[in-house]
Amino acid sequence: MKNTAATPVLSICNVGKAFGENWVLSDVSLDIMPGEIHAICGENGAGKSTLMNILFGMPVIQSTGGYTGKILIDGEEQKITSPEQAIAKGIGMVHQEFMLVPGFTVGENIKLNREPLLSSLASRIFGSRLKKVDFAKISSESQHTLNRLGVEMQESSMIETLPVGYMQFAEIAREIDKENTKVLILDEPTAVLTESEAELVLNIVQHLSDMGIAVVLITHRIQDIKQVADTVTVLRDGKNVRTVAVKDISEGEIAQLMVGRDLDLTAIEKRSGELSGEIALTTKNLVVDMPGEQVNGVDLEIRKGEIFGIGGLAGQGKVGIANGLMGNYPTEGEISVFGKPLKLNSPKDSIAAKLAFVSEDRRRMGFAPNLSIGENIAAPSMVAHNRFFKKFGFFEQVDEKAVRETAEKNIQEFQIKCTGPDQPVGTLSGGNQQKVCVASALELSPDILLVSEPTRGIDVGAKNTVLNTISQINREKGVTVIFTSSELAELRQMCDRIAIVSQGKIVEIMKPDASDEEFGLAMSGERREA
Amino acid sequence: MSVVRRKIREFGMPRIIIIAFILLILVGALLEGQDMATLISDSLVRVGQNMLMALAMLPTILVGAGLNMGIAIGIVSGILGGLISVELGLVGWGGLMFGILLAICAGTVGGFIYSLLLNRVRGSEMLIGNYLGSTVVYLMCMFWFAAPFKNPTIIWPMGGKGVRTTIPVSDFFEKVLNRFLMFKIGRVTIPTGLFLFVFLVCFLVYLFTKSRTGMILRTVGNNPSYAAMSGIHINKARIIGITLSTVLAAIGINVYAQSYGFYQTYEGPLTMAFTPMAAILLGGATMKNVKIRHAVIGTFLIQTLLTTALPVCNQLFPESNLSEVFRIIISNGIILYALTQAGGDRR
Repeated sequence: MKNTAATPVLSICNVGKAFGENWVLSDVSLDIMPGEIHAICGENGAGKSTLMNILFGMPVIQSTGGYTGKILIDGEEQKITSPEQAIAKGIGMVHQEFMLVPGFTVGENIKLNREPLLSSLASRIFGSRLKKVDFAKISSESQHTLNRLGVEMQESSMIETLPVGYMQFAEIAREIDKENTKVLILDEPTAVLTESEAELVLNIVQHLSDMGIAVVLITHRIQDIKQVADTVTVLRDGKNVRTVAVKDISEGEIAQLMVGRDLDLTAIEKRSGELSGEIALTTKNLVVDMPGEQVNGVDLEIRKGEIFGIGGLAGQGKVGIANGLMGNYPTEGEISVFGKPLKLNSPKDSIAAKLAFVSEDRRRMGFAPNLSIGENIAAPSMVAHNRFFKKFGFFEQVDEKAVRETAEKNIQEFQIKCTGPDQPVGTLSGGNQQKVCVASALELSPDILLVSEPTRGIDVGAKNTVLNTISQINREKGVTVIFTSSELAELRQMCDRIAIVSQGKIVEIMKPDASDEEFGLAMSGERREA
Repeated sequence: MSVVRRKIREFGMPRIIIIAFILLILVGALLEGQDMATLISDSLVRVGQNMLMALAMLPTILVGAGLNMGIAIGIVSGILGGLISVELGLVGWGGLMFGILLAICAGTVGGFIYSLLLNRVRGSEMLIGNYLGSTVVYLMCMFWFAAPFKNPTIIWPMGGKGVRTTIPVSDFFEKVLNRFLMFKIGRVTIPTGLFLFVFLVCFLVYLFTKSRTGMILRTVGNNPSYAAMSGIHINKARIIGITLSTVLAAIGINVYAQSYGFYQTYEGPLTMAFTPMAAILLGGATMKNVKIRHAVIGTFLIQTLLTTALPVCNQLFPESNLSEVFRIIISNGIILYALTQAGGDRR
């Protein structure tokens, strides 16, 4: 905190919000000083997004009856009822999903709807509506803003050609370019970024704070909080559990506050005994044409009962392998499962060979949003194994009771937060959606389970449930697991062997206890001296 | 209070508005001294004869192809089936059922070809379907013109060639369904057979949606990428859904014709797509969520409204064309209103 004596730039006093009878936020208070970096963290469904929607005046709040409590900006009470108003009051927001026009340049996006104008002959005659856009000024001003942020970036580059991390920078630059921005809200800014990009974003956040702008950082990643934030507020079940200076709290304590129970990420038991020598799956010269995750010839031999990790940097092809095995993208080469050759490019055959897949692209490929929890869990088994049906002569009817019972069992086992088995999966929070995805894959009772990025964008509690279930299913039922993840810590904790992928090829297969340096070297594509 | 509120919300504002409007018209009818029994009897018949058309919208929404704008394809298939039955001179139940059987065959073929086309234009099914529907109707105009029917009921009385614009079924199977087990409550006539048949079809479709195939269709409609990943053949599922929709329309036009008394050929089927579309939307269907009750409730509302509004308007403006103008404004206005509801609650 730089300036404790001044009035807080933003105060939230006893703010609450109910959707119908359901209080998702109650009695939350916090003060944010100019230049402060205030992290807000909490599990999915803790009320973070709702709080941000209130601050930014999103229509969803107004249309469901507004909020209770007070919001003070520079010590004056304000009722924010629309995003325009929030912007006028100096609140900027960078959304989790980028709000950029892909076909415009960075500069045009930064100045969008605030373009500097030039008078022309037409505008002198017909009024200011016919003024011309001053493109030269757009260039110079937005480049200036980018430089001010300390980003190496050209304002003239087209948004759609940029890597994800740079889109984030463009969003931040746009908010900073608004002269009166006093508070900047960043919603999960590092969730979709690679480590190095995340590092850059955090540097920028630091930089903003030095410029005197208060930053509200909503994040799942506790290490980010530790790295940049001054203060952290932990929300749980819509309540402010604790607001504390970051230097006074450890990462473990933050995680504990978030889930409200003792958290032990290392609880996964070590494997007892040796694996049998049987081979579960082999690939020969596997080539997968997955956009952005090209696989160029991978040979694998995966033993029965092991958890085989696949790691590597984003875009190097690690998630392509599992997608190729499932036949989701055009694939060439040879795959055999328990000695039998697998027909390529056919998800149906892959599932019939008792493979099951939890996709890395949860939103697009993971589930059917309008179908209920029960139907989502049962659907793959219905299609593949004809389960959950009652027979009436020629007719088959969905066995609603069995679907419901299975859903209830899984809701219990995975502690899925929901109103019941009939709730559409699209309305669940990310972590709970992921639990449904895993449950539905396990319902197929696979011999080989492929999980890709199972913990991406979900909170600590859900992460634990998911990882524990995977290891449990492996230890108890002997299911072979192919575990793809970009988080090294997770891979090391879960896997028996870890293959590091670079440029679509396997660089090295490593033991989980190899050193960080060795992993780093492998990820950068350099093979260790034999 | 909250329970009541939730129930109202579930029922939906559009339906409440339409019901209020119907009540208003009924009050108007009472004040004008209209024959209420006739009004109600007529409404019931109209509801029954139009319901299967609205139901035909369900399978395409289910597989994610939106409203079946090309329903005219099903309708002309159905008319073809029915006319062949008439041509053969079959009467009564046999005639109608044979007509429906042929309609199902023709609808299956037509729907299959239609679905192959829609599979190539994924994402703009409604637009393409609309144009395709019109195209087929006009192509069929040429067919009707040259069709080798011989039965004097079907062909023009003069010239002895080509199908008429309206073909009466009074000598064949008019009101076969309507009269089956028909009874009266006071002076209100209940077309029992019509409703039995329609609800039987609804029930069969319900069973279908709860079958394995039905589940697959729903999954495809909901998230095609997810469905593909689960080993579902997406195009196959869409072929089934679109064909089923076409077949339902083909059956529906025969049910309609036996009750209405005529088959309408040439450009007749062209305008028939909009009312069932409006019906299922008013019933509460969205492009993401559709249930059989949406078709049933929607048809009840829109057909009752259309049936009662006309005589009331006539009485209000007895000596001018104004009543016709009002009727068109009301019916198209309702369709327009229903279409604005297509996205569901999207605030």
